[in-house]
Amino acid sequence: MSDNEKVDKTRRNLVVATSLVGGAASVGAAVPFITSMWPSERAKAAGAPVEVDISAIAPGEMKVFEWRGKPVWVIRRTPQMLESLKTVAAKLTDPASRDSLQPEYAANDYRSLKPDVMVMEGVCTHLGCSPQMKPADAKAEMGGDWAGGFYCACHGSKFDLAGRVFRGAPAPTNLTVPPYTFLSEGTLLIGEDKKGA
Amino acid sequence: MASRLMALWEWFDARMPSVALEWRKHAAEYYAPKNFNFWYYFGVLSMLVLVIQIVSGIFLTMHYKPDAGLAFGSVEYIMRDVSGGWILRYIHSTGASAFFVVVYLHMFRALLYGSHREPRELIWIFGVLIYLTLMAEAFLGYLLPWGQMSYWGAQVIVNLFAVVPYIGPDLALWIRGDYVVSDATLNRFFALHVIAIPLVLLGLVVAHILALHDVGSNNPDGVEIKKTKDAHGRPVDGIAFHPYYTVKDTVGAVVFLAIFCVVMFFVPEMGGYFLEHNNFIPADPLKTPEHIAPLWYFTPYYSILRAVPPLFNSQFPGVLAMGIAVLILFLLPWLDRSPVKSIRYRGPYYKIALALFVVAFVILGYLGIESTTVWGQFAVTEGSLMDLILDTKDRATWVARVCTVLYFAFFVLMPWYTARDEVKPVPDRVTM
Repeated sequence: MSDNEKVDKTRRNLVVATSLVGGAASVGAAVPFITSMWPSERAKAAGAPVEVDISAIAPGEMKVFEWRGKPVWVIRRTPQMLESLKTVAAKLTDPASRDSLQPEYAANDYRSLKPDVMVMEGVCTHLGCSPQMKPADAKAEMGGDWAGGFYCACHGSKFDLAGRVFRGAPAPTNLTVPPYTFLSEGTLLIGEDKKGA
Repeated sequence: MASRLMALWEWFDARMPSVALEWRKHAAEYYAPKNFNFWYYFGVLSMLVLVIQIVSGIFLTMHYKPDAGLAFGSVEYIMRDVSGGWILRYIHSTGASAFFVVVYLHMFRALLYGSHREPRELIWIFGVLIYLTLMAEAFLGYLLPWGQMSYWGAQVIVNLFAVVPYIGPDLALWIRGDYVVSDATLNRFFALHVIAIPLVLLGLVVAHILALHDVGSNNPDGVEIKKTKDAHGRPVDGIAFHPYYTVKDTVGAVVFLAIFCVVMFFVPEMGGYFLEHNNFIPADPLKTPEHIAPLWYFTPYYSILRAVPPLFNSQFPGVLAMGIAVLILFLLPWLDRSPVKSIRYRGPYYKIALALFVVAFVILGYLGIESTTVWGQFAVTEGSLMDLILDTKDRATWVARVCTVLYFAFFVLMPWYTARDEVKPVPDRVTM
């Protein structure tokens, strides 16, 4: 622009104002696109609780159930297994589960409603892999002092038989305990507890 | 006949002269240094692979179904029932790995000859953006076969976003579109893989080449050929891209395609490195495979992620280190303070640093494929001082930590060692 052409300030201000309004409108127009990527109503509704039969699980054994697309483990722990929870406590990151997620009724020494029946989400709190059960006789692989528990093959986190994480593992907290309740001696409702029922 | 064609061309040219103009600007009168060597094949080969991926991808989408219930079966259907389906899929899967092979070599070329240095910083920035986009494209595409590795790979990578403080869990939820990796995730990854990311990739490739053609190509001597021009204003050491380099690159493309075909026809799985064995098992949300590892081109960064111990009960430092390991590439043009560009005139410091960097990168890549227990444990007596200091006794983790330090040292110490290096005098003209 040459010197003798004067800038029309009104026009320039209008151009700037129009651009700003247009820019704001473009940002606003992005909202429906971005919000469309949140879980749909159907996905939100799919979290219904599941009823499972645990009567066939023998002492020392584990069964995997699916709840909200996640594996939920039910383990019937033997007295020796429960004993091991005390001996490993010194090696754990969060032995009292203060920083970990569990319903109030599972915030105890066994992390369960009934000491023998352990219910937890089989999802590593590190990056979401599903750990494998390693019984006490897997000492050759897991080390001489292994008293039974779980091992996450993805990044090497180790957990005891109450899902509590051992120190030196990448997982920051213990495995999560979902809400659950006993409908009878052998039937379990996963995903809902007495409060909700 | 010839005159008729000529007349047709003149008719066209009168109405749209920019076609001839752009052709001259980018090919017939684009003067590239005459001393390009072997390393200068990989740029054009990257474009070739991009075309291969787009074409094979289009035909795969005609048969593939982005539905959690149907995806795995549709890939098997492509392999067994679609005529020539197996070749389409193997072209695409071999192409994915080939893309990273040529891009890594292309990036290494820049480190050798200083192609990222002034005035080519923007070319480098567009290049790193292409690399990042390519990583996203590969990751998104890897979920589509809906095999075990697809599923658990996506689970782990999406959860990496969840460790970002404050917004992480919501961010991961938004990316997945569900509380777990599910049909919603597969559907959107398909959309991003076949439409959104390829469009971004093409745009960035155009920007990369436009920026290159504005300043002109670097060369193995790191000499600016535009400094010495003839009477017509053409660089004395430059030759027209077309026909000289189009012909040379055709030879490179033929050799490349020959190797590509050998892989595609004889070892498409490459012993589990190009197509992982566990991915031939349908996705099972209840069972993680015994051993999961990303595909080979991500493993150096995966190793860095695993090597960094959690701090303050958070895995964020590892994720951050992995992110910075990639993003630090953007700073390279400004970290390098050497007065010369090419390794031919650099001193021992840079040569040693680059060699260590390559060794560290390769070792990290290897360790990322293996389990952390691959090299066993250090023998440490229980309760001793070392037992208390070492948070893990896995040898591989400690080697990965050393290599991670070397990786970052290459960049962080670069301003120091490049400025102090003993450089050789750079000639005025390119050498042949």
